[in-house]
Amino acid sequence: MVQVDGKILENREVGPQRYKMALSAPQIGNQAKPGQFIHVRVSKSFPPLLRRPFSVHRAQGQNIEILYKIVGKGTEILSRKKRGEYLDILGPLGKGYRLPQKRGQVQFSKKSPSVTSKTSDIILVAGGTGVASLLFLAESISVSNPESSILVLIGAKNREELLCEGDFRRLGCGVEVATENGTRGYKGLVSDLLEKFLPLSGNKPKPIVFTCGPSEMLKRIGKISKEHRFPCQVSLEECLACGVGACLGCVVKTRGSTYNYKRVCKDGPVFDAGELIWE
Amino acid sequence: MMRKAKEKSPNLAIELAGISLKNPVIVASGTFGYGEEYSELVDLNRLGAIVAKTITLKPRLGNEPPRIVETASGVLNSIGLQNVGVDAFINEKLPFLKKYDVPLIVSIAGETTDEYVQLAKALREEEISGLELNLSCPNIKYKRKSMFAQDPKTAYQVVSRVRKATSFPLMVKLSPNVTDITSIARMCEEAGADGLSLINTFTGMAIDIENRKPILREITGGLSGPAIKPIALRMVYEVHKAVNIPIIGMGGIMTTGDALEFIIAGAKAVAIGTGNFVDPLTSIKIIDGIREYMVKNRIRDIELLVGSLQCPKS
Repeated sequence: MVQVDGKILENREVGPQRYKMALSAPQIGNQAKPGQFIHVRVSKSFPPLLRRPFSVHRAQGQNIEILYKIVGKGTEILSRKKRGEYLDILGPLGKGYRLPQKRGQVQFSKKSPSVTSKTSDIILVAGGTGVASLLFLAESISVSNPESSILVLIGAKNREELLCEGDFRRLGCGVEVATENGTRGYKGLVSDLLEKFLPLSGNKPKPIVFTCGPSEMLKRIGKISKEHRFPCQVSLEECLACGVGACLGCVVKTRGSTYNYKRVCKDGPVFDAGELIWE
Repeated sequence: MMRKAKEKSPNLAIELAGISLKNPVIVASGTFGYGEEYSELVDLNRLGAIVAKTITLKPRLGNEPPRIVETASGVLNSIGLQNVGVDAFINEKLPFLKKYDVPLIVSIAGETTDEYVQLAKALREEEISGLELNLSCPNIKYKRKSMFAQDPKTAYQVVSRVRKATSFPLMVKLSPNVTDITSIARMCEEAGADGLSLINTFTGMAIDIENRKPILREITGGLSGPAIKPIALRMVYEVHKAVNIPIIGMGGIMTTGDALEFIIAGAKAVAIGTGNFVDPLTSIKIIDGIREYMVKNRIRDIELLVGSLQCPKS
């Protein structure tokens, strides 16, 4: 964890109200792991007062990328930042996705010869800008575990809001798309699309699912993972104050003897779906 | 040349309620965890003091989320004193903080006067510099229906009883949610408080107009940040005139200028709270900034600034 002045290398619109920003952020770029985030001060004055958290979308050497949507004042200010300006960044923060190190190490079978051709070891389910951290995850898996097959399900409201489809295809992932209005791919929710791809019965090896998106979607996918008993890691989005685990403002309810609270910023943002108590 | 620089270097060290601080800049309770959370980003040894997150007798889970929301130049929180309890604090949190050369003030809160006394006793043998009685958390339900710091008699009672139970310097953190903070402050002084921490958060709320629901699960929370600074400053000014014990001033301090305003109004030390979230280095930048201000204005000792407000003659 470091605090640095990151230099903006690029800040470009990639869809309606959607932007991709590249930053030179020494010590963050080479430390960041998929699922971790940076905490950005978008303005030296206030409001907005608090920093804004963004998943690391890509990290290479000293550079990182974030992918964001304008949702309020903070992201609106961010979208107007120009190349060459500097941003005060904390990162990398939080615990990211736990990657399958080698093929077969997680719960999917290494013995089944059918795995590579017919079934996907890993399914990534992205909703909206939740796709940001999942591209970084796919890139990391394709390096650490090139044999694994990755299926990516991307959901959005409509075709204009779909993000990163081409990036995943270039990595060799299978990609399926769902739009709520049906303007592209499956018409409906991406969580429904997921159910269509699940090996529901028999001795088929279970995939491991990684997901990030709106909380309603995560809740639904968490439920599906429980029903079908596959391992599932969800990346939560919360409003954060400190981002480093000090203020206890961002907690989620998790299982315990009765229940516990865990910090999204420090104990997460990635949790096992089974650990969370959905309200 | 070295000697010359040294001669010019102003004195920022203070004696606060019997605790020696290298400088008057403290990190406020609840905003800095137990130090560890910020230790990778901030050189803890440079701080004037650390006030740890409030602990209670038994562990507390805290309130249901959502617990936090940003408002105009402020933050509303309703954490509800989530903490590990005094035993785990002593065993798990204190060892880390002991490694640093920085005074540690432990903030304690109870639901009853007895609990405050028990907490003070539980900490009696520990290597800490002082206690802060949090009489003013707006986010927990009190058996007596209001905060200890909202009634002069109750405040007097709890402070005097803890006073008898401990020899540590005793700071008392007061609530701004009162009609006349000076009367409460005077009672605390009379009861044996060594200093006052002013102020805790203001009770506030925020509403989501789309679904007409409160944004915080607990409906109301405590407001902090720059939004409350002018009111906090006024309260420090008033209390400084009313008591003879030192004041730690806080409430929306973000910059050196903010900190100096509090000191000039009468605070012997200042505490940074919400500012830590915005920039973890806020306290360090303010320490450097105060030194620069003193050099520039040829003030050799920080004590000369405390309460140096020059009001026009009426």
